[in-house]
Amino acid sequence: MPDDLNHLPLIQRVLARERDTPGALLPILHAIQAGAGYIPDSAVAEIAHALNLSQAEVRGVISFYHDFRTTPAARHTLRLCRAESCQSRGAEALAAQLREQLGLEDHGRTEDGALDLRPVYCLGACACSPALELDGRLYARVTPEYLRALVDACREEVKAC
Amino acid sequence: MLTLCIPCDSLACAVGADQVAEALTREAAQRRLPLHIKRTSSRGLYWLEPLVELDTAQGRVGFGPVTPEDVPGLLDALAGDPGSHALALGPVEAIPYLKTQQRLLFARAGITRPLSLDDYHANGGFEGLRQATLLDGDEVVAAVLDSGLRGRGGAAFPAGIKWRTVRQAPAGQKYVVCNADEGDSGTFADRMLMEGDPFLLIEGMIIAGLAVGASKGYIYVRSEYPDAVRALNEAILLAREAGYLDVAGNGVAFDLQVRVGAGAYICGEETALLESLEGKRGIVRAKPPLPALEGLFGQPTLVHNVLTLASVPIILARGAAFYRDFGMGRSTGTLPFQLAGNVRHGGLVERAFGLTLRELVEGYGGGTASGRPIKAAQVGGPLGAWVPPAQFDTPLDYEAFAALGAMLGHGGVVLADDTLNMAGMARFALQFCAEESCGKCTPCRIGSTRGVEVVDRLIASTDPAYRASQAGLLRDLCDTMQYGSLCAMGGMTPYPVVSALKHFPADFGLEAAQ
Repeated sequence: MPDDLNHLPLIQRVLARERDTPGALLPILHAIQAGAGYIPDSAVAEIAHALNLSQAEVRGVISFYHDFRTTPAARHTLRLCRAESCQSRGAEALAAQLREQLGLEDHGRTEDGALDLRPVYCLGACACSPALELDGRLYARVTPEYLRALVDACREEVKAC
Repeated sequence: MLTLCIPCDSLACAVGADQVAEALTREAAQRRLPLHIKRTSSRGLYWLEPLVELDTAQGRVGFGPVTPEDVPGLLDALAGDPGSHALALGPVEAIPYLKTQQRLLFARAGITRPLSLDDYHANGGFEGLRQATLLDGDEVVAAVLDSGLRGRGGAAFPAGIKWRTVRQAPAGQKYVVCNADEGDSGTFADRMLMEGDPFLLIEGMIIAGLAVGASKGYIYVRSEYPDAVRALNEAILLAREAGYLDVAGNGVAFDLQVRVGAGAYICGEETALLESLEGKRGIVRAKPPLPALEGLFGQPTLVHNVLTLASVPIILARGAAFYRDFGMGRSTGTLPFQLAGNVRHGGLVERAFGLTLRELVEGYGGGTASGRPIKAAQVGGPLGAWVPPAQFDTPLDYEAFAALGAMLGHGGVVLADDTLNMAGMARFALQFCAEESCGKCTPCRIGSTRGVEVVDRLIASTDPAYRASQAGLLRDLCDTMQYGSLCAMGGMTPYPVVSALKHFPADFGLEAAQ
């Protein structure tokens, strides 16, 4: 896993900074994911050693939380809200649109590798449902046409690369 | 000089506030019109967002919802007769939706810039902290007790009793923890408050620290609110630089930090949250020991959610009696209700306890956005019951809702029209519980999965007798979950399921008499 090893300097930097923080594991995982885009497998042993935990404990925490990923993300991540408020305003139809037009299932990725789709349960935008978050940016009152335009823009950009 | 106020709130921006601000700046520059744009918090009148307010000597005059295309016309109107514009709303504070509210927690919403200490000060900020420093800890605790403030989460436990317990617990290190991971779906008051008035939460935490003798505080924020995390981090920095974290003046600052969750719903449960803060899986702890005695890192810990802690500065600044005079019965003070879902006028409505659900959803909310008949309202987040219109005259009060087999929780209200299928929503509640259960106790871990299967079998069957038997099984299962689960996740998932089954049997293909 040569890519994995590329992240070792980042991992060491984060551990040096955070290892003495009380309850350091979540801040460490967030910092590594922010830097590398995911939690590389090589990080597990390093973290376990630094925090005096077993590797199983570290893996257990990574797998418990939805936000942590152990493989690189696509270029864009779309989080579509599927909670009650957005459901009452057509969120399921938006999910169906992605499924039918792009074959994009929950937790899936487009064939061109441009976009990951993840469900999310509330972005705090419920007064203007339905809502989604694209690459950390919030969008609300989302219509089917608007969703299509957002997704197309992501795919065009990746094609142009 | 023209001064316009435009919210920087993440939801206002999600519907175009940034683009409107940019268009205004651009257009004004072309016209060589001196223009000052103030980015304030949001009023919470979200159906009017992006809401642009003109600052005049007579107060703020509103326009909304504004799109970038409206900008040239808007500037024309502002140069002549502002009231003539098609989007003109008149004086913002005279809009009935806002005028009839009783805003204590959200008194500054839409008025101040979130990260301006000067704005905060000029609008009553830090007055509660000032009062608290004049009292000893026992007196602060007494004020919180006298106010009747109850935890603004699901359990509505009297806050003052928690404070007294933590204060009296002997320990070298105590903690104050703000549960800002309680962002139940359908609620947004926490997000609005942290993004729009972060100093209020910080002030509440400093007062809590002084009163219970805690020198460290954590705000555990859900990762779905990145703008709130940014606002809080910056606000803590500003407050620290200005000396507010060292109110005793002895050089020992209150050590306040923001921690970010990682997408686990269960971490809104206080003991799971503490585990997560300690760097572990968010697994619920059995109680006792109470967190007030053995909480974070085994030390006495005061855990409250955002709205509870943010109420404290008001109680200290204006007195326990002032606060207690709002509300009804044992539900004192105000609750920021959040109108969401299929609602015409979605937004934040802060009112004293006691108004009816009908006043809220029909009066303020104006019914459904789709214009179709209201089917039901889910009150109190994803673990709240679906309430049919026949029960809308119930006053919004903790006890009255408990009597219905429902709960107020966080004050979130999700409205649904007659196209929403309630069997689907019951299945969703169980599925959500199955996904998010921490797995510690069996009723929640296994019960939720079995519940999904039962609902699926019930819906798929065409045999009335079999359906009735599955409905019985589902009720039985919900009973086990409600009374046998360790925490509110498994214990309250039955609320939306049983209420859907009870009030909307036809959606399950059951006879009404069932």
